[in-house]
Amino acid sequence: MENQTVPADSGLDSGFDRLNRDWYIDKAVQVLVFIGGISAIVFIIGIFVFISKEGFGFLVGDFNFKEFFFSPNWRPTSESKETFGILALIAGTASVTGLAMLIAIPFSLGTAIFIAEFASGKTREFLKITVELLAAIPSVVWGFIGLAIMNPIIIKTFNVPVGLNVLNAGVILGLMAAPIMTSIAEDALKAVPDRYREAAEAMGATRWQVIYKVVLPAAKNGLLGAVLLGVGRGFGETMAVLMATGHSINIPTSVFDSVRALTATIAAELGETAAGSSHYQALFTIGIFLFIITFIINLAADLIVRGIRKG
Amino acid sequence: MFSRNYLIVSILILTSMVLTACGGGERRQVIQNKGSDTLVNVAQAWAEDYQTVNPAVVVAVSGGGSGTGIAALINGTVDIANASRAIKDKELKLAQDNGQNPVQHVVGFDALAVYLHSDNPIDEISIEQLAEIYGDGGTYLSWTDLGVEVPGCQDQEIVVVSRQNNSGTYAYFREAVLSDRDFKLGTRDMHGSKDVVDLVEKTPCAIGYSGLAYATDHLKMACVAQGSGGACTNPSVATAVDGSYPIARPLFMYTNGEPTGAIGDYMNWILSNEGQCIILNKGYAPAVKVNCG
Repeated sequence: MENQTVPADSGLDSGFDRLNRDWYIDKAVQVLVFIGGISAIVFIIGIFVFISKEGFGFLVGDFNFKEFFFSPNWRPTSESKETFGILALIAGTASVTGLAMLIAIPFSLGTAIFIAEFASGKTREFLKITVELLAAIPSVVWGFIGLAIMNPIIIKTFNVPVGLNVLNAGVILGLMAAPIMTSIAEDALKAVPDRYREAAEAMGATRWQVIYKVVLPAAKNGLLGAVLLGVGRGFGETMAVLMATGHSINIPTSVFDSVRALTATIAAELGETAAGSSHYQALFTIGIFLFIITFIINLAADLIVRGIRKG
Repeated sequence: MFSRNYLIVSILILTSMVLTACGGGERRQVIQNKGSDTLVNVAQAWAEDYQTVNPAVVVAVSGGGSGTGIAALINGTVDIANASRAIKDKELKLAQDNGQNPVQHVVGFDALAVYLHSDNPIDEISIEQLAEIYGDGGTYLSWTDLGVEVPGCQDQEIVVVSRQNNSGTYAYFREAVLSDRDFKLGTRDMHGSKDVVDLVEKTPCAIGYSGLAYATDHLKMACVAQGSGGACTNPSVATAVDGSYPIARPLFMYTNGEPTGAIGDYMNWILSNEGQCIILNKGYAPAVKVNCG
């Protein structure tokens, strides 16, 4: 018995040695993976804390809720009286995003339905790759297209004084948001079980009836999520909007009016502002506002998409 | 095995690169120079020519606007800030709070041209008219208010082109034309003098302002009169120097304290005959009398 236990023990000992080292490696990797896993959350909290810290001085100082949200007077460097009203900027962002969605929703849903339900084989792969390629075009290139190509076209076609306006930025932004929306909408359509389609076809429904009456209603949460993500993309887009809107503080009354977006204002002014001034802090307050809006939109989109997957 | 060797080799290469870079930094002195878009072309030309004068000093130039340059000086990240407007009291105070002591140097003068589309029939414009077009509460919205019809301009609407609100050109125009009143809301605020010129060139309804040095053959510069009905003066280097052009402004460089060493030498060279001839060649008026042959 003893003779047997001793070698077993020594074997266990050496095994424990190796186990020890492995155990540490194992623990280290565990910690690394854990850090990787929570890093996104840490970064988001870090960013939010940083933006809030920079904007805090304004929020407790010059900030005036009524002026900030209900006045179009954005005059942060005025000699007589500095005013920080972002109503016109909100109107600018909202009008451009709204028009972009009007353009992007039919395009992206149409493409998604075609790719998911009609196309097959090579056509499908080709279309998917093309759509992903569209998503990879840098936003400054889109902005350049707006500035150099769309501007003269809009002036000539619609006979308006200037081509940098809601229409220009809306079209550009619509084309930018469409690829992402297409990808997510396509996923949502694919998530509809085939037995739904088979059942509908067995009842004698045509292909169009299958899509219209069965697949689209079944995928509606996912499709809504796709639209909301597109809206979030539109709200957050900066460079293309800066270049294509005309960057003019103006509450638009038609699609041919120049406007200015919240993001573009931050981009154009932050780099030239002395750190710590109330202008600088006001820009960060716009940042907080944008952060909260996009956070709510993305959260809503996520919850809606999750809703369909569970059900 | 292979990958480990590969790793060692690449670490060695990287280390040697970092070491060489540091060594290079020790031998050559780098002057950081940043600010006004108006001055950026001149600053670049100075930096390049200074290479032949003193190869041991490298001047790194970047633009971004007067506000950017002064902000960078306040934050202590540049040696020389270029500005097309004087530093504000607020900025001076902020700088002193940060332990900086901005010292002003006038390096030249610039005539601010009023640009119009080449089809625009207007030849001369007064400061009062400009204030009505640009100022908050101004009444001129249409070209017909100025008594003209611009061919190709839909509805005769004046498309007012301005600059972003941290630009020195913006601040100077506000001071000289609007007497520090605010700008109208709804101006198209371009990011850079070049963008103003580009937009005015392509838009029949547009009016814009920018440094004289940005003039091209494809657009028109208005002759500017001080009072309405008075004689107007065309923007040029000569009229900027003799002060007859009403919207000409000094161009500044700011250093932290009286410049010494390499920065002092550089500033002296800029204000020398050679340096001032360079600014003259770029379309600005020199700060001192020069003889460029």
